[in-house]
Amino acid sequence: MKTNGLNMVYYKVRKSNSFAPVILKVSTTADFGDRTKFSNLQDYQNNHSMYGGGYIFDEPNNRQLKEEQIHDDPEKLTEFEDRISRGEKIEPGDWMPSEYRRQLIRLIEQHAHSEIIGALPEGTWITRAPGFKRKLALIAKVQDEIGHGQLLYNAAETLGKSREAMINDLLSGKSKYSNVFNYPAETWADVTVIGFLIDAAAIVNQIANSKGSYGPYCRALERICYEESFHLKQGHDAFVELAAGTPAQREMVQDALNRWWQPIMHFFGPPDKNSTHSEKLMQWKVKMASNDDMRNQFLDTYVPKIWDMGLTLPDEKLKKDEATGKWDYSDPDWDLFKIVINGGGPCNKERLDVRKWAEEHGRWVRKALMNPKDKISAPVA
Amino acid sequence: MINTTAINALLTAMADDALIQGHRNSEWTGLGPIMEEDIAFSSMAQDKIGHAWALYKIMQEELQGGDPDQFAFLRNEKDYKCCHFVEHPNGEYDFSLMRHFLFDHAEAIRYELLQQSSFQPLQPLAKKLKGEIKYHTLHANAWVSQLCRAGEESHARMQSALNTCFPLALGLFEPGGEAEEILIAEKVYPGEKAIKEIWLDKIYNILSVAGLNLPAEKDAEPVYGGRKGYHSIYLQPLLEEMGAVFRTDPAAIW
Repeated sequence: MKTNGLNMVYYKVRKSNSFAPVILKVSTTADFGDRTKFSNLQDYQNNHSMYGGGYIFDEPNNRQLKEEQIHDDPEKLTEFEDRISRGEKIEPGDWMPSEYRRQLIRLIEQHAHSEIIGALPEGTWITRAPGFKRKLALIAKVQDEIGHGQLLYNAAETLGKSREAMINDLLSGKSKYSNVFNYPAETWADVTVIGFLIDAAAIVNQIANSKGSYGPYCRALERICYEESFHLKQGHDAFVELAAGTPAQREMVQDALNRWWQPIMHFFGPPDKNSTHSEKLMQWKVKMASNDDMRNQFLDTYVPKIWDMGLTLPDEKLKKDEATGKWDYSDPDWDLFKIVINGGGPCNKERLDVRKWAEEHGRWVRKALMNPKDKISAPVA
Repeated sequence: MINTTAINALLTAMADDALIQGHRNSEWTGLGPIMEEDIAFSSMAQDKIGHAWALYKIMQEELQGGDPDQFAFLRNEKDYKCCHFVEHPNGEYDFSLMRHFLFDHAEAIRYELLQQSSFQPLQPLAKKLKGEIKYHTLHANAWVSQLCRAGEESHARMQSALNTCFPLALGLFEPGGEAEEILIAEKVYPGEKAIKEIWLDKIYNILSVAGLNLPAEKDAEPVYGGRKGYHSIYLQPLLEEMGAVFRTDPAAIW
């Protein structure tokens, strides 16, 4: 009867979509493409830090919001700022300046995107993870990252932007995610470098942000930091296993470290001397620590651990100035950082293509879930 | 003394099914239609792969089997005993969901029955796994029902997924010949046919509430071969991928 026709449709759909796992692997062979192409695109803002890097990408066309800003009631603004200086948390129903709301949405939304895009480079290694222990730990870890995305989208939704709108902005390129995930995970050792050092860097940033002023974001971050500390342990464990392993394993982890060092240095964003420092955002406790301070904190904790394992880092200038407590290092290539943010990295396209695949092929499911007139009327189990 | 060859064949088939189904579930990570489903399939992947690991450990400890990592990741294709059903790529969410539904109901029944197995080490494991699989079947039931009631497209997709999956799913119960007879006689388990009969009753009820037509068993050509080491074209590439890192130095610790 009618099933024959439907079967054909079904096979056609399945056949045309059999490339899903292939997409996941394209990233390992991608090259940089044309680096100059994006250099004239919209300037990035660099006055923030977040999970994914030291910036919050500014969204075009905020004229409407500027109008609203003018109408922020001065008395309410004073009361709001007093609350923050007393260390109170701002909750969703509370009055807040429109600029505070806008900055927070951007911050939390980009953090959420970073979690779900960040699941992809490691996710490609789940099927190849060597042995039961590593495989189970990696699935659990990547699953947590998706869960963090979910928590963060929920936190951002309390400010009035829906998850769908945020994901649409991710797919259209309007809203950004952490730059570091635009690089490929080429070998198993890359997974251990990500799990150890990128997670460590993220924790430095997220612990700072968890002391911020917006209640829902802080609470999400507290749980996220708790889980991230386990990720760091599993990443460290897998990293040490290679560092203490066979010559081939050591070579593999050293190679991964060499490739990931610059993206890690980029992670906290451009140096403070280049930032248009925002007093307001510090005062409102949206931004909690400077890019350089966080980078220094990271270097101080992790560089000695790496050196202790007999591994090297590809920067001859890297050294702690004992007098100041600050680390000296060569400036990473900030022009490259800009290029990668604006779409010119090795994996920007692949990352978004995977998300687009998921959005397109999952649309019928989401559509079905939103059908309000067909509720389940019988017990399902 | 239970026949070791026979019980090894059963445990290998069960463990390989769980391992490969878990592998396929894990491939949904990052690709699910909604984030909640990403997370659900990741959870089930962990459970399935954990089930496989536990079964390989029993074989190692009780039946002089090899190291579970080596056994799971380094065998030749013909030594795997999984059915074709779990080998197939995920395809679209409808295929994956229907496979999950049919597979997990079979698992739930199998472990329910294995709680009374004369092979002692299976009893506590079956009890534990049955508890976990309960949540997998609840998940599958809820999604199948919901999608079947949500309009023409999703209902049609579920029906055609069921039509595609059904002959493959019958491969879960591929007859095990003489070895199976021994295990039934020794009361290790009641045999594949017994599990299949309970399974058909169980899924028929849920599917009819959801408005789906279960194809008639007599008209379906069961996809057999896996239990004898004859596999679909999809298994070899999967195994190459699964063992890619491990195989670079199987003696190293990873």
